[in-house]
Amino acid sequence: MAKLIKLDDKGVEFLDKIMELSGETITLCDQCGTCSGGCPFIAEMDVNPSQIMRQVMIGQKNIMESKTMWICASCFTCTVRCPRELDVSKVAEALRQVKLREAIDFIDIEKISEEEARILPSIAIVGAFRKFTG
Amino acid sequence: MKTGVYLCQCGGNISNTIDLPKIAKHVKEKKGDILIQENSHMCSGAGQKLIIDDIKNHGLEKVVVAACSPHFHEKTFRAALQKAGLNPYVLEISNFREHCSWAHKNEPEIATEKAKDIIDASIAKVELDFPLEEKKMQMGDEVLVIGGGIAGIQTSLDLADAGKKVTLVEKEPTLGGKMAILTKTFPTEDCAACIISPKMAAVQDHPNITLYTNSEIESIAGHRLHFEAKIKKNPRFILDTIDMDQCLICTKCVQECPIEQPNYWEQGIMNRKAIYIPAPHAIPYKYLIDKENCLHFKDGSCSICADVCPQKVIDFEQKAEFIDVAVDNVVVATGYDIYDATEKTVFGYGKYKNVVSALEMERIVDHISEKEPPREVGKRVAFVQCVGSRDKQIGREYCSRVCCMFSVKLASLLKQAKPETDIYIFYTDLRAFGKGYEEYYKRSQEMGIKFVRGKPSHFTEDPDTKQVIVTVEDTLSRDIIQSEFDLVVLANGMGLSAASEPIADQLKLAKSDDGFFKEAHPKYRPVDTLVEGIFLAGTAQGPKDIPDTVTQASAAAGRVLATLAQKEFSLDPVLAFVHQDICDGCKQCLNECPKKAISINADGKAEINEALCLGCGSCLASCPIEAIDLNYFTNDQMYAQIEASLSNKKEGEKRILIFADENTVYRLADACGVRKMKYSTDSRIFRIPSGSRMTSNLIKFALSKGADAVMIGDSPEKSSRFAWANNVTKENIKQVQSALNDLQIEPERLIFKEYSAGELARFTNDVDAIAEFLGTIAPIPNETRDKLFTAVRGE
Repeated sequence: MAKLIKLDDKGVEFLDKIMELSGETITLCDQCGTCSGGCPFIAEMDVNPSQIMRQVMIGQKNIMESKTMWICASCFTCTVRCPRELDVSKVAEALRQVKLREAIDFIDIEKISEEEARILPSIAIVGAFRKFTG
Repeated sequence: MKTGVYLCQCGGNISNTIDLPKIAKHVKEKKGDILIQENSHMCSGAGQKLIIDDIKNHGLEKVVVAACSPHFHEKTFRAALQKAGLNPYVLEISNFREHCSWAHKNEPEIATEKAKDIIDASIAKVELDFPLEEKKMQMGDEVLVIGGGIAGIQTSLDLADAGKKVTLVEKEPTLGGKMAILTKTFPTEDCAACIISPKMAAVQDHPNITLYTNSEIESIAGHRLHFEAKIKKNPRFILDTIDMDQCLICTKCVQECPIEQPNYWEQGIMNRKAIYIPAPHAIPYKYLIDKENCLHFKDGSCSICADVCPQKVIDFEQKAEFIDVAVDNVVVATGYDIYDATEKTVFGYGKYKNVVSALEMERIVDHISEKEPPREVGKRVAFVQCVGSRDKQIGREYCSRVCCMFSVKLASLLKQAKPETDIYIFYTDLRAFGKGYEEYYKRSQEMGIKFVRGKPSHFTEDPDTKQVIVTVEDTLSRDIIQSEFDLVVLANGMGLSAASEPIADQLKLAKSDDGFFKEAHPKYRPVDTLVEGIFLAGTAQGPKDIPDTVTQASAAAGRVLATLAQKEFSLDPVLAFVHQDICDGCKQCLNECPKKAISINADGKAEINEALCLGCGSCLASCPIEAIDLNYFTNDQMYAQIEASLSNKKEGEKRILIFADENTVYRLADACGVRKMKYSTDSRIFRIPSGSRMTSNLIKFALSKGADAVMIGDSPEKSSRFAWANNVTKENIKQVQSALNDLQIEPERLIFKEYSAGELARFTNDVDAIAEFLGTIAPIPNETRDKLFTAVRGE
């Protein structure tokens, strides 16, 4: 079903923020699809990289819920191929930064049983706090 | 007598459908002593050489080329004949491609049979063709340019610089056209007024240009490089008899005038007085009084401007002046109007305060950086593309070409002036075709202007805030956007200007499907029209940006110069003539000629004035003894080709003979062929100068020799070169129909139809309807056909 969206100041703020963090002029994206076409991880992504660019441009913050930016391995295939010389992986990085700065923990340390705490390496527990890739 | 017949394969376009060796065999069997050649491209240099060599080596006296429509290469082959020393009018073109191989592409066998009829008719006619001489007429160096926009200005300056005498007529009180309204131009963002103003001034000052502003073409007529026009110079109500220095432009009149009206040169976002100078860069820089709104003209209650004028130059009694000009060439540069978006009610233009046209936005943006701009734009602005373009609903299927870039331009200018504005451009396809345009588009994206692919479906207005709520699908994300905008700018498409219509009617200029003036050929004659001596410049021919307009305007000037440089021109020898040995001086023809080209000579016989005759053939019907005739379409030639084309008809077959006027309906049939539109294979199409050439005798003869139906096609009176012809045709048809009634032949077998240039489907449907009708009735009995023949030719 088609989603009804609104163009508003909040969306513009979101776009400005991602543009500032990534240093990329996202409004330059022509939606040609080169980035998505060349992405080696495209099959694993729920939203294509070109669609990420689009949604950010029209200020759709719910794109933050997508898994795509966590699956991006920063291989730069998109970056070296973009005809507008946009660095798409930097945009993914900017989105990750925004999400990480929200500082939402994915696990509750209190709920880890003593037995699990004993078995798991501490690095795994720390990593799991910010694990978004499912 | 030796005739050469050349069969062109047209690189398969003809030979893949029509069995040319079979045609060659057919001609050989029927005619015997005839030279037949087949070639892949007769129009090529090699093809032409083939004809030239054969004429020289075999002593050919007549030539038939079976190829594409004569409208494409008749001139080419006539030139070839001339090179070989033959008269160019002993040539016939069999229209194998448009009227046969393309129209009946899927029925190769029937097409081959039809081709036999076509070529037999051509051979029969060519045998009776005789040399015709083209008379020479002298030309001067006078040119009329209609329209004083950038196109008309450029053409006029080029011609005047080359020493030609130019008369430039502009209906508005200033030169400059639409360009004088623009703020800046894409992609360089240089100011439009700064570019056009020096050119406008140059026109005013040029010794070779006579400029009439605030003037219209009252009437214009002419043909073949000689045109006469009456110019109506509307009154400005300001004296300018001696010199304009009389008016000091002291502005006292403007200060006192009580009337405020929207200013066209500000697109209504600012007002002017009833006495005004149109724009700061107007040429001529003169006042005029808007008669429609001035109180003096309304009820005589005010004459304050005249009272305060220190120079007493205001003259309420001034009348329109009429000036007659005679010119050799005409350049039509009547330009475009923007699409009237009130027609698209879903966009609420004219109803919602914050929906504006592109030209209004030009003026809004031009003033936006002022301290107190006449109109603010608000925070969020939408541009909506393709309003009045690419829309079958309103009969405009074409792309207006410039709107993408002018929206990009307006958005960029706005963003630079007000960087905080959030700007969206809603487009279907973005076309940045010109030099530097794609780069300009990219720069606008860099500025943060957002391009959303999708055409808004409708707007509504928020009753409180007066914001416009736009609903549109972002077709790239497939989300539906529904958002408020403070201003919505429509990218109105271009259409032929309303002021062009009377010019079109009077000069009989054809229009293409898009409603703009039609060029003689889209590729190699893009500024010529089908009327000799009339050329097109600028957007009157189709949507164009400024660089293309100026290019075409200079091209038009170049074509005029090339034409006038010939100093003399040849008269088309297709004119009426009188068989002096047959004419008995009955004088019945005298009143039939609307051009008064027929008179009685010293021998008491009719005579044609060749300088006046246009070669329509209308007079032929008035002669009871076939003494008047028409070169290249003589009675003998017509009888012979009709008879020959019916000579292969077998028992049970049907034939619809279509006599098509060469300018409209014959070309219409060509266009059907080009588009591979199918129509009945029973059809045989003949070229005639106008429907009125078909005398009742010819029609009866066709039916007597085996035609089952006769259709005469001509252009409507309005767009015909021969306004009088259709009445003559209808009269001829009425006569024949009553004769048919007497013989118990269905009068519906004889049809007269009028077609405009674009009515392809109507034409093919009509032909098919006749074929269908013939299937429902019994054939004409042979005895009846014989009776008809006797009626025409005696025992």
